[in-house]
Amino acid sequence: MLELKLRFRRGPFNLELDTTLDQRVTAFFGPSGCGKTTLLNLIAGLARPESGRILLAGETLFDSEAGIDLPPERRRVGYLFQEGRLFPHLNVSGNLRYGLRRSKDGGALFEEVVEVLELHNLLHRQAQQLSGGEKQRAALGRALLRAPCLLLLDEPLASLDEDLKGRILPFLARTVGHFDLPMIYVSHSSAELRSLADHVKLLENGKIAGEGDPEVLFPGSTPFPKNS
Amino acid sequence: MSAAEWQALALSLKVSMSATLFSLPFGILLAAWLALGKSRLRWLVDALVQVPLVLPPLVTGYLLLMLFGRRGPLGGMLSALGIEIAFDWKGAALAAAIVSFPLLVRAARAGFEATDPRLAEAARTLGAGPRDAFFTVTFPQARRSVLAGVLLAFTRGFGEFGATIVLASNIPGKTQTVPLAIFNQIQGADGEDAALRLVIICVLVSFVAMIAARLLDGRPARKDADA
Repeated sequence: MLELKLRFRRGPFNLELDTTLDQRVTAFFGPSGCGKTTLLNLIAGLARPESGRILLAGETLFDSEAGIDLPPERRRVGYLFQEGRLFPHLNVSGNLRYGLRRSKDGGALFEEVVEVLELHNLLHRQAQQLSGGEKQRAALGRALLRAPCLLLLDEPLASLDEDLKGRILPFLARTVGHFDLPMIYVSHSSAELRSLADHVKLLENGKIAGEGDPEVLFPGSTPFPKNS
Repeated sequence: MSAAEWQALALSLKVSMSATLFSLPFGILLAAWLALGKSRLRWLVDALVQVPLVLPPLVTGYLLLMLFGRRGPLGGMLSALGIEIAFDWKGAALAAAIVSFPLLVRAARAGFEATDPRLAEAARTLGAGPRDAFFTVTFPQARRSVLAGVLLAFTRGFGEFGATIVLASNIPGKTQTVPLAIFNQIQGADGEDAALRLVIICVLVSFVAMIAARLLDGRPARKDADA
């Protein structure tokens, strides 16, 4: 469970939230510039709120009144970035093991993650040699191997074409089913959210403008197979 | 080549390698701080670091002699510990290190400026502290530029003359590096052949190092422009 009570300001942009996330996959939906990525950065510790509190499973990650601000490396929050951000000087195996080496209890996870995300054939490839979809699969594996308590996904399919999206989505769904890990999924694609999210919060101009079940918020057919 | 010429070459290599190895850790940290730090005083530090590039080497040597000579404030302390800088090969190495330092910092700084800070952020979310992320993610991105800087600094140190002759003097077998040996041969009555041999060595070292540095640091600018 994640409790958020935050204020963040940068120039004219203002983010103000007071909400609780208690579903397996919670999505934040909204147009570009509504503060989705900023919100993820605040949760991961890559940006700092002006004031407020962030509690993850009872642990305080940030509390402006108590003067608590855990650095990103101590938050146990995995982050799948929109552009993957694989390390170019390491091969896929090196990327996967980067977080594994730095976490206390990820050791047994390696084979499992490689299996679920079908990374066997990619392990010795350099990051530059991967296609967009392969990059995101490797980056997802890397984030999982950090053994996080919460996984953040920032429009992980946005840089892929429609065909590839349909092929990566099952991997995300499998990850959700297999690792039973709370996730926050950020997107401006209602189709993706219908396939993956248990609960959707609508973000508009830095505020929550509504929330509910994805099937109710986005009625209509989905172009992606739902197999979670 | 005569034994004396080989001696000068060996000494030059020892001096410029020591100088480069000694200044490398400082150069890397300073370059990274200049490129990635947030202090407002970076421009001033940058300007001061570049001073040896434009100061007459003779003046650099003289300032070093005042500091590290036996009666200088630092030289006195080191002398008490049994370390002689002035009129010793270590003085030649110090002169080479100071004079070549700006080249190392300049190249390395450009390398660090070209790194992607988002990769270091990714490393932080994977459990790496700031220092860990620097050495395992940021530095590897800049390593080719750092290596190019090392080559530039090494070559500049190899050819160092003005500061060396003032601080270390021109003692054959002890502080007489290749450039100082060339100077001696040119001054002498019939040293032209010897001078030429040493000149060729200098030219070769410089060409090889500059081409290697360019290959290491060369970004495919043309290709990008076409795309």
